[in-house]
Amino acid sequence: MILGASIATPRVDWLALSPALALLAASTICLLGAVLVPALARRAFSATVAGAGFVTAGVLAAFVFDRSPEQTLLIAESMTRDRLAALAQVVLAAAGLLAVLVSWGDRRRDHVGEYYALVAAAGGGMLFFVSAENLMTLFLGLEWFSIALYILTALDTHRKASLEAGLKYLIVGSFGSAILLFGSALTYGATGELGFNAIREAPGADEPLFVVGLALILAGLAFKASVAPFHMWTPDVYQGAPTAVTAFMSAATKAAALVVTLRVLVTAFPEQAEIWSVAVAVLAVASLVIGNLAALVQKDVKRMLAYSSVSQAGFMLIAIAANTPLGGRALLFYLIPYGAASLGAFAVVAARERELERPVTLTTMEGYGWERPFYGVAMWVFMLGFAGFPLTGGMIGKFYVFSAAYEAGWWWLVVIGVIATAVSIYYYLAVVRAMFMRPVSARADLAVAGGSPPMDPALSAAIGAAVAVTVGTFFFVEPLVELAKDAVASLPF
Amino acid sequence: MLTTLLILLPLVAALVVWAAPLPREATAALAVLVALVEVVLWAVALAGFDFGSSALQDSAQHEWFSDLGVQYLVGFYGFSLWLAGLTVVLGAAAIGYGAWAGRERSRAYFGLMLFLVGAVVGVFASQDLLLFYVFFEAMLIPIYVLVGVWGGPNRVSATVTFVIYTMAGSLLMLASIVAFGLSQGTFSLIEAGTSGNDWIFLGFTAAFAVKAPLLPFHGWLRAAYTESPPEVAALLSGVVSKAAVFGFVWIVLPHFPGPVDDWRTLLLVLAAGGLVYGSLLAFRQPDVRGVVAYSSMGQMGLITLGIFATNDLGLDGAVLHSVSHGLVSAAMFLLAGMLIERTGTDRFDRLGGLAKGRPALATLVMTVGMFTLAVPGSSNFAGEFAILAGVFDRGWGYAAVGAAAIVLAAMYTLRLVSAILHRARGEAVRDEARDLGIAELALVVPLVALLLALSVWPAAISERSFPGDAPAATISEAAP
Repeated sequence: MILGASIATPRVDWLALSPALALLAASTICLLGAVLVPALARRAFSATVAGAGFVTAGVLAAFVFDRSPEQTLLIAESMTRDRLAALAQVVLAAAGLLAVLVSWGDRRRDHVGEYYALVAAAGGGMLFFVSAENLMTLFLGLEWFSIALYILTALDTHRKASLEAGLKYLIVGSFGSAILLFGSALTYGATGELGFNAIREAPGADEPLFVVGLALILAGLAFKASVAPFHMWTPDVYQGAPTAVTAFMSAATKAAALVVTLRVLVTAFPEQAEIWSVAVAVLAVASLVIGNLAALVQKDVKRMLAYSSVSQAGFMLIAIAANTPLGGRALLFYLIPYGAASLGAFAVVAARERELERPVTLTTMEGYGWERPFYGVAMWVFMLGFAGFPLTGGMIGKFYVFSAAYEAGWWWLVVIGVIATAVSIYYYLAVVRAMFMRPVSARADLAVAGGSPPMDPALSAAIGAAVAVTVGTFFFVEPLVELAKDAVASLPF
Repeated sequence: MLTTLLILLPLVAALVVWAAPLPREATAALAVLVALVEVVLWAVALAGFDFGSSALQDSAQHEWFSDLGVQYLVGFYGFSLWLAGLTVVLGAAAIGYGAWAGRERSRAYFGLMLFLVGAVVGVFASQDLLLFYVFFEAMLIPIYVLVGVWGGPNRVSATVTFVIYTMAGSLLMLASIVAFGLSQGTFSLIEAGTSGNDWIFLGFTAAFAVKAPLLPFHGWLRAAYTESPPEVAALLSGVVSKAAVFGFVWIVLPHFPGPVDDWRTLLLVLAAGGLVYGSLLAFRQPDVRGVVAYSSMGQMGLITLGIFATNDLGLDGAVLHSVSHGLVSAAMFLLAGMLIERTGTDRFDRLGGLAKGRPALATLVMTVGMFTLAVPGSSNFAGEFAILAGVFDRGWGYAAVGAAAIVLAAMYTLRLVSAILHRARGEAVRDEARDLGIAELALVVPLVALLLALSVWPAAISERSFPGDAPAATISEAAP
């Protein structure tokens, strides 16, 4: 009898886990700060710690990217260390940093420490989520960042809209998580495996259970990426949540969910590609149609941007449906200008909101472009980026997505994408129209609440950075595509 | 290098104008100066140009992203050099007009005008399909704001219609570019071969048909041209519409010989229809800008007739007529703007009798009118004649329709001239409405002088657009 039979502890690759851990640490410090740091210094302290956490995470992820030319699996094959995860982590960390900058000017009086702790925790969860390699860690990561976001959405307890949005997000989001979990269970039942690579190699792929499992996993992820028809929470939540949180969600949650969708589908279900690529194409078309048509009639800018994010998800799904390395590159490239434009657009909305202290609609944006030329021009750049106009990376992204679809033989997806783009121009330019082509508002009700707002250098820096990325991705395509190429190489295409 | 400079100078100047907090006069002066330097740069390019060579000249190349084989590749051929020349000249005139008219929000305004000039030059210089698309779309951004902010009372709906029409066309072109480039393995217009795919052909054709515009795609035209500030309308009808000429001549003809043959009849019918319909509408317009707008549509139809004749006469005539029409319609729009500055309107029922005591204005309106109706001996006549002679080969009916439309042109032009200059004095015409001043003459007289020079020597363009004596052969050889 060998009593001391050692319990094998898995070797832990701390470097690969470090980005998520850095944010977890930042989150913990913020929470401690909420208790220990005096109220006066609390905002500066928490924001600095959260920002530093995102910077550290981004740098560490870049380091991991550099050091991981080959995929390695960690902790009993539950996590992966590869360039796809690392690149996604860099993007997410950058989005988080911008979100912290946007949050800085919030006139939030209470829950300051908790707010930044939750932002850092959500960021950490997303970083964990994109490096998941089995269905269990996938679910863990999803719940980790989702729960943080549920609370963040409802954090403005004095606003009914915020509470309502938080509740809606909680209920619908949990429903999505449950579907994902159910799908994972069915897949496990069919194959007896949890790991993505193991599922691919397991027998039993013909079982109907397995296909149902695949469908449910896809649906669960689609909830998070706000893909139609799983998008119903998006407009309410985007509108009700504090705008800085919306900015973060629109860029980061979508990026994380879509990267993971690509990874799961390509790694675990390559045999079923014929089924899921059609399903993804159908979801893409649904998102493009529903997102675009609904966005056309919105008056509230945040709601409009929410529906626009649904339709943008449609474009990114086209890249996934292509099921080719070019499609993977297209998705990763598209995410960067999209994320920057999305964060930036919500940041401008936040700026206007803080001036007026009431919801930002197309009417309350009137003349804003001439009043604040920097924000106005920046918003214009973001709208052009969404619409895929030249001199923004959005155009290159659309070009890549269409190229990927065409190469994969999905020419009709190209046509639908083109039509959707043409329709989307109407509502994107509606913002520009309101800001620049109406007379500078002489209406008393558009007077700035509480006098001219103080300068907010953090917000300006965030918007400036978002403009730089949106425009820079147009000129520096080659280096980004090289990164995306390396990242996609870790998928078994 | 020179080509890159021609494209970048206005774009960089636009950034400087936007960023530097200069007072209005300084901004205007800087913009005019840059526009004039641009003309000089183009003249330098012209002086060093070898019209006998069939190679791309003044070219510059830079990798953009090798993943899909997209590059920055620019340069000029004979015909595109002329189109670029038209752009820089009209750009200078339009910017000068803006300075004269003292536009509000001058930094934004002059920056956008410079940006527009740079983008149009880029369109005529690009030899890579995606780059072409970039400039083609980039033109839209300044136009959208220029019309939407500085335009007339219905400017917002005019811009929406304009943007939706043109974007629908150009996005179909983007789909075609993707399909064509990926199937050819290159996006370079020089390396790409020919394709027989009708759908790809139609995508390109749709974009250019909207831009020109050809017959059923002209819904945006009147509102966009009449709600624009006059100098923007001058650029729109003078040079932006010529992007369609470049596209037809250098993308559609060489790379889709099969589909061009199959669809030629339809295109010629649409072009001829546009010519007649535009001319008829021009005859019915109640205002100067409406007449020039629809006359523009008619003339673009005529140019398209020449292009799709795909023979030497037709192509030579199309390029020559593109330049003459650009100069004429820009001069007309600027004159209309000067009328509006004086009388507050360009409606015929409120104008009249302006010739009396205003010799310079009367002479210029009359002269430009004579060019518009293509009086024999004018460069417009030379161009129209070559086009009609060329399209005669494709069927005498087209030539007959074209000739009939020239009569219509005479009708609407004479109606316009007499409604402004002659007849009883209109209610909007006051004694304070003076003759054209030195500054205004400096804007319009150079355009008329260029027209006169071209009338004396039309072969300067018609014989120097395509190397050798056979443009049709050049174009079919352009695709290996």
